This record gives sequence, C-alpha cells and structure tokens, in this order.
Amino acid sequence: MKAIADRRHHRMAPVVLLLLALLLTGAVYAALSPTPAEATAASEDDIAAGAALFRTNCATCHGPGAEGRDGYPSLIGVGAAAVDFQVSTGRMPMQATGPQAPAKPPVFDEEQIAQLAAYVASLAPGPSIPTADQVDPAGGDAANGMALFRTNCAMCHGSIGRGGALTEGKYAPSLGGSTPTQIYEAMLTGPSSMPVFNDANITPEEKQDIIAFLEEQKQGSPGGTDLGAVGPVSEGLWVWVVGMGLLLGAAVWIGAKSA
Amino acid sequence: MSQNTTQSRGATAAAATADYLDQRTGIGIAVKNFARKVFPDHWSFLLGEIALYSFLVLVLTGIFLTFFFVPSMGMTVYEGPFAPMDGVEMSEAFASVLNISFEVTGGLLIRQIHHWAALLFIAAIVTHMMRVFFTGAFRKPREVNWLVGFVLMLLGLAAGFSGYSLPDDVLSGNGLRIADGVARSIPIVGSYASFLLFGGEFPGEVIIPRLYAVHILLVPGLILALVGLHLLLVVLHKHTHYAGPGRTERNVVGYPLFPVYVAKAGGFFFIVFGVLALMGATMTINPVWNYGPYDPSPVSAGAQPDWYMLFLEGGLRLMPGQGTEWVIAGFTIPMNILVPGVIIPGLLFTVLGAYPFVEAWVTGDRREHHIAERPRNNPVRTGVGVATLTAFFVLVVAGSNDILATHFGLSINDITWVLRVALIVAPPVAFWATKRICLGLQRKDRELVLHGHETGRIVRFASGEYIEVHRPLDEYERWVRVAHEPKRPVALLPAYDERGVRRKGYRRDALRARVSRIFFEDRVDPVTPAELVAAQAHGEHDALPSASAEPVGALPAAEAAVDRGADAHQA
Repeated sequence: MKAIADRRHHRMAPVVLLLLALLLTGAVYAALSPTPAEATAASEDDIAAGAALFRTNCATCHGPGAEGRDGYPSLIGVGAAAVDFQVSTGRMPMQATGPQAPAKPPVFDEEQIAQLAAYVASLAPGPSIPTADQVDPAGGDAANGMALFRTNCAMCHGSIGRGGALTEGKYAPSLGGSTPTQIYEAMLTGPSSMPVFNDANITPEEKQDIIAFLEEQKQGSPGGTDLGAVGPVSEGLWVWVVGMGLLLGAAVWIGAKSA
Repeated sequence: MSQNTTQSRGATAAAATADYLDQRTGIGIAVKNFARKVFPDHWSFLLGEIALYSFLVLVLTGIFLTFFFVPSMGMTVYEGPFAPMDGVEMSEAFASVLNISFEVTGGLLIRQIHHWAALLFIAAIVTHMMRVFFTGAFRKPREVNWLVGFVLMLLGLAAGFSGYSLPDDVLSGNGLRIADGVARSIPIVGSYASFLLFGGEFPGEVIIPRLYAVHILLVPGLILALVGLHLLLVVLHKHTHYAGPGRTERNVVGYPLFPVYVAKAGGFFFIVFGVLALMGATMTINPVWNYGPYDPSPVSAGAQPDWYMLFLEGGLRLMPGQGTEWVIAGFTIPMNILVPGVIIPGLLFTVLGAYPFVEAWVTGDRREHHIAERPRNNPVRTGVGVATLTAFFVLVVAGSNDILATHFGLSINDITWVLRVALIVAPPVAFWATKRICLGLQRKDRELVLHGHETGRIVRFASGEYIEVHRPLDEYERWVRVAHEPKRPVALLPAYDERGVRRKGYRRDALRARVSRIFFEDRVDPVTPAELVAAQAHGEHDALPSASAEPVGALPAAEAAVDRGADAHQA
C-alpha cells in the first residue's frame, strides 16, 4: 500500500487511474450488459459454410462482402439477430422488389440459417440471437406488456398485434404467427420500417413482458370468433352479412307465407 | 257463460278476465279495432320490425348491463381473472366492463348481444328508410312520419355513439377525442362547446357519467316515445301496399293483425332475438380487453368507430390536411375538420330529412298516396337515392382504408386518392346509371305488357312465315306493370298575365318547372288500355307496327316511348 501511496502524485498516476477506470467500466459492462452471448460459439466451419451460402444466395444484392450497394443495405454490423429474423421468417432472400419484403415460408433450414448468421456476425459485432430464457413468455408480465405494447407497438401493429397499414403499400405485419424469438429480434434490429427498440429504450425484461402479452393473444378471444380482431370495420361487415342477411331471409320467408 | 258448456275452463277464465278489464277500462273497443287492423303481406314491410325488435332486445339487455356497469371515471386498480389487465390502473367504468365480461355470469353474452343489437338496430333503420324512400312511401299523408323516422335514426346514432363511449377503453376514448375535435372546429362557439361537453379540458372526469345519463335515460326515453308516435301514425294512415288487382289508393289488402300478424310479428321477434343471441354467443364484438383502459396518448392501428359512424371517419380520412387550416385574424378555421365533420353530415342529413317536402314541391302533387311505387317508375328519385347511398358507401370505404390496404395488399395512399375522386365522380355516375336502368326496366315492362312472354315456341304458317308464340301476361302480372300513372313536368304559366302584368311568384314557379323537368323529362309511360287493346287485336306479332300507326295516347309504341323534352318544347 505504501508503494502506491508514495506514487500517488506521480505524473502518470491519472493515466493509470483512467486506465483502471476504463477497465472497471468495461468489466462491469461485460458482466451486466444485457447483450446475450451466443449460446454456442460459432465455429470456423460454420462461418465458412455461411460465407458460401451468402455468396450463392445473398451477394447478388448485398455485395460479395456484404457491404451492400445502391438501394441494398450493408449487412456489416447488423448482427446474427437480424439475419436470423430476416431468413427464418422467409423475408430474405427476397423474391421480388416491392414496398417491403413479405414473410413467406423460409428457404433455408435451421442449420443453414445459423451458418448465415454466424458469417454475418463474424464481419462485425452486432446484436446476437436472444437465448431461450430471454424470450420465454412465462418469465414476462403480460399486464406490463399490454401497457408497453399499447404505447410502443399498437399504433402500427394494432391493439393486439394483428397488423396495420403504413404508407405507400408498406404495412406492419400481424404478429400472430411470430415466434417469441422473432418478436425479440424484431425489436432489437428494427426490420423494414420498424424502429429499433434497443435495450435502453425497452429493457430485456420489458421485451419479455411484451412477448408474454402477445402469447396471451394466442389463446383466442373469450367472446367467440375474433372476426380478424381488426376492430369495428369487420363487426360492421358481419352485422350486415350475418345479421341483416339472416333476417332479410326470414322476412322474405314470413312475407311469402300467406295465411 | 253458463250455457257455453263446451268451452274449456281456460277460455272461460280468459273471457272473464277480458270482460273484467273491458268493464273497467273500455279496452275492448281498442282491442277490437286494433285486432282487425289489416296489414299487407310483403317482406319489405317487415324491415321496420327488425329495428323495433332490435330495440326491444337493446332495452332488455341494457337493463341487465345497468345492474353491473359503474359510470365513473374514478381510478381503480383492476384485480381479476384477465391476466393482461391484472394490476393495471384504469377507470371504474372500464373495470366494471371487464367485470361484466369475465366475472358476471352471462355478462359477456349479454354485452355482446347488446352491441350486436345496436349495430343491427341502425342497419335495420337504414334498410327500412331505403324501402320507404325507394317506394315513395313518404308521400302525403306520410311526410310527418318520415320526419319522425328520420329523428329516430338520428337518436339511434346518438344512442349508439353514447353507448360506444361508455366502456372508457382506448377505442371509445379515441372516438370521443374526434367528437371533441369536431366540436372545437366550429367557429366561435367550438371551444366553449367542447368545455361544456366535457366539463373542462378533454377528457375531464364527467363525460362518462353524462353519457351514461344520455344513453340509458334521455335517448332511449325519446326513442320509446317516438316509436310510439311512429306506430300510431302507421295505424292512423293505414299501411301502404303494392299495386295489384283490387288494391287501390282507398283500401288496404292484407290480413288482420289478429291472429295472422300477431303470430307473424311475434314469431319474427323471436327470430330477431335468436339471430342476435347467435351472434352474441359466437362472434366477438367490441373486445375492450384488447384495447385497454383509456389513456389520451395511444391510438392503435385499426382505430375505427362502429359502422354507422364510419362515414364521418371516412370524410376525415379523405380530407386533405395541408392548406385547409385557414387562419383569419389569429383565429384558426380548420376546414379539414369542419368540412367532413360538420358540413358533409349536415348536408347529408338535411337532404334526407327534407326530401319528401322537396319532391312534393317539385311534383305539385297534393293527393294522398297509399300504393307504394316501384322504384323503376320514379327514375330520378331512385337515382338520387342510389347516388346518396353511393356517396355514403364511398365514405364508409374511406373510413376502412387501412383495413383494405392490409387485407388486399394495396397502398393506402392510392386508396385515398381513388376514393377522393370517387366521392365526387361516383355519385353522379351512379345517378345516371340508375336512371338509365330504371328507364330500361320500364321499357321492358311495356314490351312485356304489349307482347307477352316469349315462349320459345316457333310456329310456321302455311305461307312459310315463322313466328314465335308469345304468352300474354295474366291479370296480376299486367296490373303491376300498368297501374302507375304517367308523370309530366309541371306546366309553367307565363310570366305576364293577360293584362300584361308581371305575375307574382313567377320566379319560384320557373325554378320549380326547371327542377320538375329534371325529374320527368326522360320518361316511359305505362301502356294505356287503348294501346293494349290495339296490340291484342292485331295478334302478338304485328301488334307493334299497328300500335305505332294508331294515335293512342301520347306515346305510340315501346320504341318511341321516351318523349324527351316534349313538354319543354311546348313550354
């Protein structure tokens, strides 16, 4: 201790302190940072296989080094989460240009998606795929998720996430068929027109709450068929089709039945 | 009674009770008159009944709901079986709706029946109004009853909107916010009106209790009273009926209320209730638990009002925002809200309420009418009706533009532009097309009356000539097609009388003549008896040339039946 105390006025002391502070911050950040570590570290083989898949299927638009080009985004730094989201929902590879890439049956299997994700993640650090614990609906509070969803998501995705229209043919898709992992990844990476909800904006626990709220919706409506859960327009349509339809039929029947 | 030994005990008891009541209230006369009231048989005369029965269902289910609903904006924390709301702070009104939906036995079913009945109530009113409009059943002596019905429709909208706002969920709060915005858009009085309505700044703490009083007391009371008046007037005027042999402007052909119509109408009530119960039991409506408790900040995608308010929403969505907020001397005149929120509905409702009086003025017809017209026989009226409905439909579609965009993969911007154009172009096109279709159908009627049905039987004469045999119409078929009277534009008397003095009221008459020409310039007259005799006397085949050669009536033959502007030339 005496040796340190003796040198506390040394002119290099502030530099050492600064370095120590940085080290401490880094260590605390590494310990507390919510950024999930990859469950299994990608092997060199995975990255190589991913690179091969990338050159065959993605390089046409995103460029041979994933650097992107005019009208096609660079994938350097988008992270494994973005790749997993885009490819596992079938949005990528895109079939045709349009207002936005529609979801469709995925082209690649799970292993290939993991290889592609490993390759893109190897280019530069970025958000990684969340762990199973992070997206487990059971660990979230659906009521808090409801409040968060209404404030952050419902203006595009609708009150319970059945989708909604955006400008010029773009749309917020229905979340009914999305897996918890995909929902988490979408918040993390902000695909298409969606903004990024980073962990400072919506914490990982809150993301889990939102997932819990959306999982609740899969139980169906307590009131019967949900008529698409798109609000009063479908209710208005069905009161004319079913209600007035049946009753006009009944009226014709009664009117035709002469005493 | 004693000698009537064959009568069952039940019937005797009923007779005794009736006698007891009759001796004390004199109700026998009323029952006798009412039971013998004759109603004509036609499906379209049952549309108003759908509305009436929906209203009864609304009252029944509404009474149940008042037992559990708490009309308060006081805050509470929900603790109940619905997980996504557990521990959420909300108004007592919203919490009580969750309670009705998830804890009260049968509560959700009754709530859903109530809401479906509300949608059906307005749908039936609108359909009933269309029937009355298109058959001209609003003509003398029924103009006042049209007005009563029109006010009932407005009250129906008021009941619907006030009820829709009660649960205090996000969607209903959004609706109230729009109502607040529309109130504020009115120049000068706007902000005062808004503060008066909400007891201060929106949303305040009084609007739910106020709307509750409106919804369960004021509006239903008025509806009940006016329904009574509406039906009383129906009884006084007698029901209209469609043309047919033996049916005149001075009688009603149908069946007596008792027993036939009591059975039919009573049965129909249960059918309406059954359909509503079916819908309430199987189809979710207004899932307020999805929307969450009201908070002025969030608005979700797919935020729309119930269907009958959708045309207002559509107007607001179609109206361009830029450049339509006029600032005059520091005061903002928001035309982007004033036009779709106040002026368009104001115009629509004025036209709807005033139409019978406009038509009476145009035709100058002061006679009573008890035979309902076929829509084709008044092409301009039918065209006006279809054009109005087209405008309404365009606005409804515009109010649903985001749903259309997502479900049909369209661009919301394109939809909006197409509908902006359609709102201006489609109604005149619909008017023109409807009018032409009506005239075409009338020509078809003339053709049928003069020549009969085509049978497909080809006969060859000895001379080698081929003809197709036509089967003449029977009495009933023909009657329907010839019963209406030919219409003419009103004649315009000269501006100056025989002494060269300018006639008073000439300008008003000139205007009337001009509008009347629009109504009746293009027309197809019904076949006259003389034409029919001529057609039949010469056999089916050569009826046509001979009829056109004979000067019967003003209109020689089917092909020449549109005497466009004949009177205009004479005048």
